[in-house]
Amino acid sequence: MQALPILMTPPSESEFSFHEALREHDLHVRATRIETLQVNITKLCNQACRHCHVDSSPKRTEQMSLATVDRCLEILAKYPSIKNLDITGGAPELNPHFDYLVEEAVKLKTHVMARHNLTVTLDGNPVTKESKKYLPSFYAKHRVEVISSLPYYEEYFTDKQRGRGVFQKSLTVLKMLNEEGYGHENTGLILNLVYNPVGTYLPAAQAGLEADYKRSLREKFGILFNNLFTITNMPIHRFKEDLQRNDKYIEYMNKLVHAFNPGAAEAVMCRSLLSVGYDGKIYDCDFNQMLDMQISAREPATVFNFDFDQLSKREILFSSHCFGCTAGAGSSCGGTTA
Amino acid sequence: MNYFESEDLKKFGDVGKFRKELMDKFFAYYNEVVGKDGALTKREKALIALAVAHSAKCPYCIDAYTTACLETGSSPDQMTEAVHVSAAMMAGITLVHAVQMDNHIEELGA
Repeated sequence: MQALPILMTPPSESEFSFHEALREHDLHVRATRIETLQVNITKLCNQACRHCHVDSSPKRTEQMSLATVDRCLEILAKYPSIKNLDITGGAPELNPHFDYLVEEAVKLKTHVMARHNLTVTLDGNPVTKESKKYLPSFYAKHRVEVISSLPYYEEYFTDKQRGRGVFQKSLTVLKMLNEEGYGHENTGLILNLVYNPVGTYLPAAQAGLEADYKRSLREKFGILFNNLFTITNMPIHRFKEDLQRNDKYIEYMNKLVHAFNPGAAEAVMCRSLLSVGYDGKIYDCDFNQMLDMQISAREPATVFNFDFDQLSKREILFSSHCFGCTAGAGSSCGGTTA
Repeated sequence: MNYFESEDLKKFGDVGKFRKELMDKFFAYYNEVVGKDGALTKREKALIALAVAHSAKCPYCIDAYTTACLETGSSPDQMTEAVHVSAAMMAGITLVHAVQMDNHIEELGA
């Protein structure tokens, strides 16, 4: 019998072994290079989103120190094949060394990406009350690639996931970024948006949804952006707790397992990315970081004992949440992978 | 035993337990029609299916195509409009039968 694409029969097992899925498809997935250093420099955020895998909120206090920021910059200077610095959080702009990190990385000719939640520009720092309204011009000045979550091109889904009023604030800041040149053709100032489902379902096809976003945001609000990245909700932390509270965890995991795509498994982002925690510890990705799955060979890997060659060819630590990156068209910090 | 338990949807394939070749043909046809982009996108097909699911009052299909609509990028506004199309059609279908009633009133000379 052929499986129906929608009226599907999920697997019945309650164990979700990612290693088993790789074995079944004869896949040997390990790191191949380090192109991107993704640094999570704070867990502090002006928002407390429903699906945040970092459990970020205005109450978090973790911050990357200046010494660790400097060590990350030393690594970028020493290994220019690490082309990208991907700065995330929390709201990374709430780390006191954020501006310095951007400015110094740009001097090294590193391509800098910032995971910018938009609203922090208007909300400012929830602890110090410092204004962040300079951010759009700061980003434009340093030609930072801005990557911003906007769970939908309408208010309902966006506010349901990220909090009341977030959609309208996001529109305001997107317009500010557009005024700086972001999202316009030929400026080279890249503004990418991120979609993730509000509930326990997989993302829509990226290209079609991008066209819907572009049409709707342009026609209704005059807003422009470059690319849409669709990302699958990862069954860890706040989203996992939500699933378990609603007795949906097994169902969601079955959906991810059923949608396992070997092509997406071969293209997982951890093959070419390293994730650094606020304390300098190194992980395969931001999700493993939040699960405290630190890379460890002779000793636990940190930016202070950075071994480029070993980390470039390392075995990746997989667990059941990795099905989130291999379902359907795949999922990564840069959208679909397959 | 209850009717229309959502878990029972998983047993749909079991209908092929007898005369399997007939269900195989159905699934092949179904996958070809609903599961692929064609002259209509999968998203458009899912919205049509959601509307039909409501007019045909199939709880399994409502669950399945609510998910399918979300997974193809539709919003609750768009999905609700699709259901209103279904409801408006059902109302129109009911009301247009009144032409038959009126015809018969005429026939009876009333």
